[in-house]
Amino acid sequence: MQIDKNTVKKIALLSRLELDEKESELYSSQLAAILSYIDKLNEIDTKDVLPTSHVLSTLKNVFRKDSLKSSLDAADALSNAPSKEGDFFKVPQVIEGK
Amino acid sequence: MENLYSLTAHELKKKIDSEGLAPSGILDSLIKRIESVDKKIKAFVSLNKGASVLSKERRGKLYGIPVLVKDNICVKGEETTCASRILKGFKPPYDATVIKRLKDEGAVLIGKSNMDEFAFGSSCETSCYGPTRNPWDTDRIPGGSSGGSAAAVASDQTILALGSDTGGSIRQPASLCGVVGLKPTYGRVSRYGLIAFASSLDQIGPITKDVTDTALVMNVIAGYDEMDSTCVDMPVPDYTKSLVKDVKGLRIGVPKEYFIEGIDTEVEAGVRGSIDLLRDLGARIVEITLPHTQYAVSTYYIVAPAEASSNLARFDGVQYGFRAQDAKDLVDMYIKTRSKGFGNEAKRRILLGTYCLCAGYYDAYYLKAQKVRTKIKEDFDKAFKLCDLIATPTTPTPAFRIGEKTLDPLSMYLSDIFTISANLAGLPAISIPCGFSKNSLPIGLHMLAKPFDEETLLRAAYTFEQNTDYHKRKPGL
Repeated sequence: MQIDKNTVKKIALLSRLELDEKESELYSSQLAAILSYIDKLNEIDTKDVLPTSHVLSTLKNVFRKDSLKSSLDAADALSNAPSKEGDFFKVPQVIEGK
Repeated sequence: MENLYSLTAHELKKKIDSEGLAPSGILDSLIKRIESVDKKIKAFVSLNKGASVLSKERRGKLYGIPVLVKDNICVKGEETTCASRILKGFKPPYDATVIKRLKDEGAVLIGKSNMDEFAFGSSCETSCYGPTRNPWDTDRIPGGSSGGSAAAVASDQTILALGSDTGGSIRQPASLCGVVGLKPTYGRVSRYGLIAFASSLDQIGPITKDVTDTALVMNVIAGYDEMDSTCVDMPVPDYTKSLVKDVKGLRIGVPKEYFIEGIDTEVEAGVRGSIDLLRDLGARIVEITLPHTQYAVSTYYIVAPAEASSNLARFDGVQYGFRAQDAKDLVDMYIKTRSKGFGNEAKRRILLGTYCLCAGYYDAYYLKAQKVRTKIKEDFDKAFKLCDLIATPTTPTPAFRIGEKTLDPLSMYLSDIFTISANLAGLPAISIPCGFSKNSLPIGLHMLAKPFDEETLLRAAYTFEQNTDYHKRKPGL
C-alpha cells in the first residue's frame, strides 16, 4: 500500500491536524514503513473468520433503570473550559457573516 | 533503623495495625525519599505533600498506605494531563472509580506519575514533561507507558502505584524496573475515569514491590461498576487467598513462538531458568503453540491507533485543556489547538488510525485486523485446554538506552511483541522479577491465565517469589 506526502496531508486534514513540509515528509516515510510491516496480515486467510470487536463473549447490551439521578453540575462541567459565557462553552465564529 | 519508605504495603499495614504507626510517618519518610532521589529519576509529574487519609470514619483495607497514580487516571481536583500539552491545567470534576475505591479504603494519594503522552509509547520518552529514568541505570528508559509508576515503585518513592495497560504498559515497565505489574482481565476493573486510549484493550492495574501487595490492591479496585458498561458483574474473590506457596500439578504452557531469534540471550536464560524452577517446585511444563503470535504486533498497530484516533477526537480546545488563540474560525481553532497540543507520537498514531479507518481502507485494515484478532484469541482458547498458565519473557531485551529507539517507531513498537497478545485476547497477565543481566538490569517473567483467573496467576507468581529473592534487590541510588 502506497502512502505519499499528499495522502498524509489528506489524512491530516481529516484528523484536524496541520503538518508542515518536513513533518509530512517524515510521517509519510514512517507510516509507509509501519504499513508495509502491517501488510504481513495478508498472509492469513480470514475469509470465514468473524471479526472480534470485543473480547467479552458474554457481554450483552447493558441497560440501566430509567430513574432520576444527580449528574455533573453545569458549573463543574464548565470549570475546565478555555472560554465560556453563562452556562455555555464559547467557541470562535462558526457561521459566516456578522 | 529501617526506612519506612522501603517497606511493602503489607509490612506497613502490620505496623499500623499492631504497632500504632501513624500514616503521617509513612508520608514524611516517602517525601524525604522523593526529595532526595526524584531529581535523578523524574517519576513524578505532581507531588501532593499535604496528602492524608480522606475517609476518617473507618480503617479501610489500605488505611494510611500511599499510592501513586498514573497521570491518565482522573483524580478530582488534581491536575490530570496524560503527560500531554493538550490537557495542561485539566482538573477533573470527578474521581475515576478506582480512585474512589482507593479513597474509600483509606489509601493516601501522593501524586501523579509520568507516562508516555496518552500512553503512546514503551519508554516514557514521549511525555511532555521529559523522560523518566530507570533507577537501575539512569541512562536507560524505565519502559512505558506506565514508566513513572514502575520507576517510582522500584526506587522506593511510593509504596503502591496504579498503571494502565493497553499493549503492555504495566508489564513492560514493571519488567524493566524489576517490580511486579498485573494487567487484569478486560472487564475486571472499571475504566471509568481512565482517559481512553484504545477502549477495547485498556485496563487499569497495580504496580507493586511484591505479589502480596498486588493482591491487596486487586481486592480494592476489582469489581463491577455501573459507570463502565464493559465492566463485568461477577463476584470478586479475596485475592489474598491465592497467596499460596504451591504449584504442584499446575500445568504451565511454554509457547515456542516466544523464544525467537532476536531475543536477548540473558533474557532467554533468565526466563528458561525460572520455568525450570517452577518445574522443580512441582509444576508440569507443557510445550504449546500460539501460531498467530507473529501477527500480534501488526494487529495491535491497526486496532489500537484506530480506536485512539477516534478517542482523541474529543481534544479540540472546547471543553478542557489547551486552546490555540490565533484561530480565524472554529475548524481553524480545532486544527491549531490539536497541532500545537499533541506531540509527535500522538500525531503519528492519530494519522495511522485515521488512515486505517478511512472509507476504502477500512476492510483492508481495521476489519482484517479484527479477524486476525479472532485467530489470536482462538490460539489461546486451544492452548488453555492443555495448560493452566502460559509463561514467556515479558520483553525481548532488558531496558534500552534513552534515545536508542526514538527515531525508529517500528523498532519501538516491536519492544511490546510479548505483551500485546494478552490485550488483544483480553487475558490477565503478570510480570514478576526473575533475574538480572550482567549489567544489573532486571529481567521479567511474564505469565498469562484464562479470563478472570487472576487467582492462578497470583498463586504461581507468589510461589516463584517466595522461592527467590529478586524482588528484594534494590537499585543503588
